[in-house]
Amino acid sequence: MAANKTARVAFVLKRWYQVGRTEALCASRCHIGGRPEAALSTRAEWEAVVGLEIHAQVHSASKLFSSAAVTFLAPPNSCVALFDAALPGTMPIKDIIEDDALIFIKVRLVHVTAPSGLNKMIDPMVLNRRCVEAVVLTGLALGCRINRRSYFDRKHYFYADMPAGYQITQQRVPVAERGVLRVPGEWHGRERNLGITCVQLEQDSGKSLHDAAEGLTLVDLNRAGVGLMEVVTEPELTSGAEAAAAVQELQLILRTLGTCQGIMAEGHLRVDANVSIRKPGQPLGVRTEVKNLNSLRWLSRAVDFEIRRQIGLLETGGQIVNETRSFDVKLGKTIPMRDKEAKQDYRFMPEPNLPSLVLMGDDERPMNQRQNRQGLVSVSALRALLPELPASRRSRLIRNHDLRPDLVTTLVKEDGLMEYFEEVIEVGKQDPKIVINWVMNDLLGVLNECGLSVSQSPIKPRVLAELINLQIDGIISSSVAKKVFTMMWKDNEVRSPVKIVAESGWSIICDPVQLEAACIDVIAKHPKQVELVRSGHAKVLNKFVGQVQKLLDGRGDPAQVKRILENKLLPQTGDGHCS
Amino acid sequence: MTNSGERQILRKMAARRVVLDGISPHTKIGFTINQAAAALREGTLTPVELCERCLAQAQRWELLNAFVTVTADSALQQARAAERRFKLGRPLSKLDGIPFATKDNYCTAGIRTTCASNMLRGFVPPYTATVVQRLLDRGAVLVGKTNMDEFAMGSGSTDGVFGPVKNPWSYSLQRRLASRGNVVEKLANDAPESRPMEDLGDWCISGGSSGGSAAATAVGACLFALGSDTGGSTRNPAAHCGLVGLKPTAGLLPRHGLIPLVNSMDVPGIFVSSAPDAAILLGAMAGHDDKDSTAVQDPPPSFELLEEPNVHDLIVGIPQEYHAPGLQPDVLKAWTRTADLLEMAGARVMSVSLPHTLYSIVCYHVLCAVEVASNMACYDGIEYGHRSNVGSFTEEQYAATRHEAFNHVVRGRILAGNYFLLRKNRARFYKKAQQVRRLILEDFRRVFDTGVDLMLTPTTLSDAPTSKEFSAEDYCLRSAQHDVFTTPANMAGEARWWHDEVK
Repeated sequence: MAANKTARVAFVLKRWYQVGRTEALCASRCHIGGRPEAALSTRAEWEAVVGLEIHAQVHSASKLFSSAAVTFLAPPNSCVALFDAALPGTMPIKDIIEDDALIFIKVRLVHVTAPSGLNKMIDPMVLNRRCVEAVVLTGLALGCRINRRSYFDRKHYFYADMPAGYQITQQRVPVAERGVLRVPGEWHGRERNLGITCVQLEQDSGKSLHDAAEGLTLVDLNRAGVGLMEVVTEPELTSGAEAAAAVQELQLILRTLGTCQGIMAEGHLRVDANVSIRKPGQPLGVRTEVKNLNSLRWLSRAVDFEIRRQIGLLETGGQIVNETRSFDVKLGKTIPMRDKEAKQDYRFMPEPNLPSLVLMGDDERPMNQRQNRQGLVSVSALRALLPELPASRRSRLIRNHDLRPDLVTTLVKEDGLMEYFEEVIEVGKQDPKIVINWVMNDLLGVLNECGLSVSQSPIKPRVLAELINLQIDGIISSSVAKKVFTMMWKDNEVRSPVKIVAESGWSIICDPVQLEAACIDVIAKHPKQVELVRSGHAKVLNKFVGQVQKLLDGRGDPAQVKRILENKLLPQTGDGHCS
Repeated sequence: MTNSGERQILRKMAARRVVLDGISPHTKIGFTINQAAAALREGTLTPVELCERCLAQAQRWELLNAFVTVTADSALQQARAAERRFKLGRPLSKLDGIPFATKDNYCTAGIRTTCASNMLRGFVPPYTATVVQRLLDRGAVLVGKTNMDEFAMGSGSTDGVFGPVKNPWSYSLQRRLASRGNVVEKLANDAPESRPMEDLGDWCISGGSSGGSAAATAVGACLFALGSDTGGSTRNPAAHCGLVGLKPTAGLLPRHGLIPLVNSMDVPGIFVSSAPDAAILLGAMAGHDDKDSTAVQDPPPSFELLEEPNVHDLIVGIPQEYHAPGLQPDVLKAWTRTADLLEMAGARVMSVSLPHTLYSIVCYHVLCAVEVASNMACYDGIEYGHRSNVGSFTEEQYAATRHEAFNHVVRGRILAGNYFLLRKNRARFYKKAQQVRRLILEDFRRVFDTGVDLMLTPTTLSDAPTSKEFSAEDYCLRSAQHDVFTTPANMAGEARWWHDEVK
């Protein structure tokens, strides 16, 4: 019976490795201390201390120490090299092969213009080198010190989706240490510096699927051995929102570098949060670790929940246990993880099958032919390749264009939006404040509505610049400009704005006779409102402006219309004359 | 108690250097690779004949328990292919058509690879170890996989799941004469190649952990064999079985496909009956391997030996610490005699000191246990190997699987290794052992810096003990005695990376 069951499941799921009965996922076993809601009121007395461990999958074609492919949504266990399944006698391959280090930058450019062609750019021969370059680039972007020589270690724990019984990571000396992440503040807030402890290179694990109905755990090793960069931050955050902002900024940096695709929903970026609380000035409290948060929203909610839970626990006389918890999305609560309850001792030891990882320093040349042949990754070559990073982009935009920080943050955050904005400015030489309104409100609005990326916009920067120029030059009114924009969007920008305005006869009406006629018409139709305006309710005047524009299809010169209406409706002052 | 007639026969046999039945100089088989290769080249012997002859020896000596798997069919197939190449006058190399065996801890595609453990009973690897592949690529014929201690943990080849390997010399004419009293005539008339060996009751151990490879080579079931050497596992059985056993420098032969015991000390080992053969094999297997990043990067030098070796300007060191307690007078005599021979041949023999040899066994035990604990972690019964039916949760299943399939030696080392690696113990045991390892390396470095070219040492304290003697000692003592001369070289081996750790 049991054998049948196994075979059937294995068949349905192609080639899952089957483990045994289920690791009961403990959704029902939630355990919450205190009364979190009640605790909120006393929160001010407590100070939360939050540090993050962010696992970012290296964007590479194959795994860190094997030649198996890295693909999302491949059939289970279809991308597994012998080493990934820890077959006895297999060894990690550290295959540093000559290749141009420009690859990341290429990937980035390709990403902007044609996301679908991405994989074709990657030569499957240069994998491990790519992982090393990724972690060095990321370390440099975070202002870390890059270690000329770093080491790999084994971290031991038994888990069904980790076939070797250990993970190869960098515990003693990581590739990069001691950096800073510049996190933009909310709204007009200033940037904050978050300390980065280290960036290290390690292996990802496989995935376990717990099938409660069949009582089975199924294992997929496609992800086992994929290169991960673990970014560890200092415990300097104080809330879920701050944690989410930090991860978002890191995500942006990784995407800018092209070292990680950074799509949290696909598991490229997973966060563990270490949370503790204390009274200000006191030593650090006992911390808990919330594992595997793979969305910014859940990260924020999980951290806040955990802070409230700990406060509640301490205020009701409870004690915090150093434990690993997971965040239950449905319950909105963190719950202890059954299999990680016991405090782990990872029994680290140096990885004896890998020599140390040697990089070429800033002022070095290959020491000998062998080093040259091995093609050591050169730190200075990578430093030279660093693109402009989000923080410098933001300060440059604020400095050059005098823009609001929150707008700049969004501008830099959206992939390709800053480049779009700058091209509009470049072409049109217009007021950045007007351009940014167009880009942020109109363009981004419809892009989001249609689920398109900036690069997919049917309206190119050059065309938008033309449209904005028509408005600035007073050829069309702002409301007509919006109409033209919508029309171009719908038509996929077949006609230029000038042509649309000309063909539709939408240019602005400046003829005073025509405008006055419209004004008189509106005034005649609204005698009551005329009384109101004359009796001092000046604001009603705007309604007249709106009515006149309606009559004129929004084409009336707004300044003239307003002046005419004022002349006609408001009591004449001083030496005012009416023509 | 032999009479004068028997003594006469024995003397004659000793004079003719008869070693073991079936491989006397009277047989047509060349005894060494060089001789066999010459015979194959001249056509006085064909690869199929040679292979059949080896397979017959394997069968005849079945009681030694040297093989876990004999691959007769595929061996004959390979031999026939070699024969075709010889007919065309295009042998692949000097090794073409030469039968060999490998220890059962080398992965061989399509042939079960057990490490003499229940954990891997029935495990058929989908790939072949680099060194084995290099031999096959040169035309060598694989006749089988040899017995060993479970996961190579042991020094007697008595701790495998397939039972102990018996030393062929237990069945030498001399011992059989001794055990049978005066039936000299009968023995003299034994048709040596027609009858399987009979058991004599007590036997000598073959040494370990590569005892199967040693025994198989000694009886001519193959002309050479691969073993592995972590703390003496090749040199020790070679010494006990009267062979040349070579532990190459760490990194010279790639380890990819050798199921690891202690990664930082494991090296593939070579069993042959002459030093020039060892050189041929070293040349055939050495060199860079993409799949082992700890192997040498540069192309290896040529290993061909001169016909008439010249030791004239060599400086030979005799480490004084190797006059260890328990050293058998016979061994000491042989050691002294060899030193004298070298000196007479023109070498300079001098006394040197390796003061930390004393600590090598205890240091080895800590480091070995630590890596064993780590390397054995992959045997969880999920992807391959034994899986227990006991346990309803994954962790229970792991525990049951590992308890059922590992023997007590393996379990003991796993337990000890994990203990040494615990956060609270690391500095006391593991770090300390690494520091001692560094000192052992420094010992060697210092001696070689004084201009010493090589060191002459015994391999074991005594000749092969009987199984009774061997099993009377407790395990730790066994190892402490038998590995004392061999472990330091492994410890000094891969220190090029380990050395960074201590800094």
